[in-house]
Amino acid sequence: MNQLLLDYLPIVVFLGVGLFIGAALLAAPFLIAVRNPDPEKVSAYECGFNAFDDARMKFDVRFYLVAILFIIFDLEIAFLFPWAVAFKEIGAFGFWSMMIFLAVLTIGFIYEWRKGALEWD
Amino acid sequence: MINGVIEWLHATLPLPGWADWLWWLVVYVAASLAVLLGLLVIIAFLLLMDRKVWAAVQMRRGPNVVGPFGLLQSFADLLKFVFKEPLIPAGADKAVFLLAPLASATFALTAWAVIPVSENSWGTWVVSNLNVGVLYLLAISSLGVYGIIMGGWASNSKYPFMGSLRSAAQMVSYEVSIGLVIITVLLCVGSLNLADIVNAQKTGIGTSAGLPGSALDWHWLVLFPMFVVFFISALAETNRPPFDLPEAESELVAGFMVEYASTPYLLFMLGEYVAIVTMCALTTILFLGGWLPPIDVAPFNWVPGIFWFMAKATFVFFMFAMVKAMVPRYRYDQLMRLGWKVFLPLSLVMVVLVATVLHFGGLA
Repeated sequence: MNQLLLDYLPIVVFLGVGLFIGAALLAAPFLIAVRNPDPEKVSAYECGFNAFDDARMKFDVRFYLVAILFIIFDLEIAFLFPWAVAFKEIGAFGFWSMMIFLAVLTIGFIYEWRKGALEWD
Repeated sequence: MINGVIEWLHATLPLPGWADWLWWLVVYVAASLAVLLGLLVIIAFLLLMDRKVWAAVQMRRGPNVVGPFGLLQSFADLLKFVFKEPLIPAGADKAVFLLAPLASATFALTAWAVIPVSENSWGTWVVSNLNVGVLYLLAISSLGVYGIIMGGWASNSKYPFMGSLRSAAQMVSYEVSIGLVIITVLLCVGSLNLADIVNAQKTGIGTSAGLPGSALDWHWLVLFPMFVVFFISALAETNRPPFDLPEAESELVAGFMVEYASTPYLLFMLGEYVAIVTMCALTTILFLGGWLPPIDVAPFNWVPGIFWFMAKATFVFFMFAMVKAMVPRYRYDQLMRLGWKVFLPLSLVMVVLVATVLHFGGLA
């Protein structure tokens, strides 16, 4: 077997065993516990009254904004990983190119901040 | 270590050529089961410790009825969960509703495939000694958000929906600063392998001053601000108090778990605690020298590494429990402000600072 498979197949086996433990726990009460549903028990939880509309409603756009910001910064971190690992080999050129990249990113971050994308009230 | 066992089995009990892979599978299933069951038993006792610490801070006794000192409390809780009636709300999307806790627990458990707990002449004690271990851990911990979003959406109820939105936004916000903190560690080490990160901490400030290897060499001292940022971000990432806003009892009842009962609820709680223990282990590996002894002299270096690893991880968990007991809950806008306006710029500056010191200090 090649090295890639030898590294990752154990993780697949591990995932399988973990999934089995989780599935066994999930299935257990459906097999052994008493099940006695009634309309009051299975209705959605509200503060003492019946739910008066669907819960899948409009939500604040800021959650969406946070998700977008997260993608930008997480991509940047994914970009930093190989740089950090190879830092000792790439020398001055590698160092300065990443500093310029981070400077551009910081300008974007300041813009975001000034525009109020990070405000929550 | 595992490869040695497989070779030994092949040598003692040879199999026909077509069944060559069988020993491999048997050994890896056994190793995975051993790691997972060991982890679950340890978590059962850590959960009790969490409750005991919390109780002690509040001048209570905590669970003390089941078994001596309440030691069997978690196992009694497990039985109770299994015998509880599982409820599925009428308006819920049944498949997604049940898949969510399963995903949450499975992804949290899968992280342990790459966490090395010790190293000796047999090799590294880990299921898969991945060369991109850190990247794998980041990827798996991101997947944890799916369980929460799925649970909140599938419940078709207002509190879970709000709770899951908050939880997801919080987790992704703090993941950014965790990622940047890890970058600073990688700059010092130059490898994504978790065992390499621990071994890089054998030398450091202490050894360059002529002392034997000790706790002074570990990254917590050189990267102290990052250690603090990582610890606080880990609290937020795992939805622990004081950042437990998705479960804020006083406003959202129990967040995305409102509609869950029985073992689906147990799986969410399990996923949460496994994620916390993973974060404790990761803190130990990145900053507290993993399985290295606090001072590399006799009798400390006679003790097996796994003992030091567990002692350090338990210490970090104890800190988690103390924070839970002592610190009041954050407000949501303060939480987001802390994540985006304090930790993100701070860790970005630290990445630049560490890189500059390494580059111009001639250490690179």
